[in-house]
Amino acid sequence: MQNLGIDLLFKGKNMIRLLGGLWVAVQISLISVAISITLGLLVGVLMTSGNKILKLFFRIYLEIVRIMPQMVLLFVVYFGTTRVFGWNLSAEASAIIVFTFWGVAEMGDLVRGALISIPKIQYESAEALGLTSGQTYRYVILPQTVRRLIPLSINLITRMIKTTSLVMMIGIVEVLKVAQQIIEANRRVSPNGAFGIFLVVFLLYFLICWPISRLASYLEKRWA
Amino acid sequence: MEQTLLKINHLHKKFGEQVILDDFNLEVKKGEVIVIIGPSGCGKSTLLRCLNALEDIQGGEILLDGLPIRKNAKDISSMRQKIGMVFQSYDLFPHKTILENILLAPLKVQKKNRSEVEKEAMELLARVGLADRCNDYPRQLSGGQKQRIAIVRALIMHPEILLLDEITAALDPEMVHEVLEVVLALARNQSTMLIVTHEMAFAKAIADRVLFLEHGKIVEESREPKSFFTKPQTERAQQFLHSFEY
Repeated sequence: MQNLGIDLLFKGKNMIRLLGGLWVAVQISLISVAISITLGLLVGVLMTSGNKILKLFFRIYLEIVRIMPQMVLLFVVYFGTTRVFGWNLSAEASAIIVFTFWGVAEMGDLVRGALISIPKIQYESAEALGLTSGQTYRYVILPQTVRRLIPLSINLITRMIKTTSLVMMIGIVEVLKVAQQIIEANRRVSPNGAFGIFLVVFLLYFLICWPISRLASYLEKRWA
Repeated sequence: MEQTLLKINHLHKKFGEQVILDDFNLEVKKGEVIVIIGPSGCGKSTLLRCLNALEDIQGGEILLDGLPIRKNAKDISSMRQKIGMVFQSYDLFPHKTILENILLAPLKVQKKNRSEVEKEAMELLARVGLADRCNDYPRQLSGGQKQRIAIVRALIMHPEILLLDEITAALDPEMVHEVLEVVLALARNQSTMLIVTHEMAFAKAIADRVLFLEHGKIVEESREPKSFFTKPQTERAQQFLHSFEY
């Protein structure tokens, strides 16, 4: 059988280095996800508020996020704004800014969708029972909103984790970049490393995203 | 003398420029069952919604036990506890089991003791024949079963008056009967009810008084439902009732 180059993984500190790179990717996505969910909830509520100017503003924002490739956004923020505005942004900060900019828009739209999908009569039948509007939100509306929201937002989280592979383009040494370094450094002794190491990277992404995605479909079924 | 429970004085309700209820007056005695019929858009559903302050009103007053019912008033939650309402589309809370649906308001609004209300809930469920479904979710029930649960959910609050808004309109014909049976039993128990319905046979059987509404006004009122349904006095009511015959 052909040498798959997996042996490279056990040379030196390669495995530890890959896991370290993975941790960088996970950190960036966790911080971005946390900010996105918090601000996204706020944006979602604002989008349903009925204020026309706010609505238009968020529509344009959302369209920009949808149309613009994340990599272009990364380049604009990291290479572009740092020159034009002369500020000093680390690559990690740029990545978090871009991922949050993206996440808040999508999360906001998900929250908006979940909120408007709760029929008006759910509010009314709760109020007709004598629940105050606070109780109506707490016991009737929010539990339903969150149930609709969780599977959708988990989806967004896995997409964010996957997309962190782009941040190596602005010089962040995350898992994919580490893999590349390991492969380059061992090109002579282990030419098949490209296969083995990238395969491991694939498995690492899989190990992180798969449980999250299973959780999403489990919750979806349970709460459907 | 029977006691007046609900009094509606000169009620005005508009949606924008459109007048829905126009100087509407009504007095409901304790234990009385009033059936409201009329063509769609006549204001009958809106009337019930006003009584529970789900709509704001543009004039007049609604008094329950002599106390005004006003939307956005501070005491609206306590007023609404005295009024049970059941809607056409049942509107159970889909994320809660049947029992949780019923217990929500007594526990959170009336702050009652859990074991006591749970016992009462089970008794009520047994009365509507659904005690074995208490741990199911609404989606597992048929329309008629859901509607019976919605009635129990309203009853457990011990309302002084029940408002039933076309509660069988969304049901398969076969399921209409099981729901109306429950309502008939309530009427025999001296419950005060305001019922909006298109089930004329049912209206005839249950009503102490029939109101025929059109354009937000009472066109005909009868304390003799049997004679109203066979021989209405006004031409408009004759026309309307005629449309139910084939």
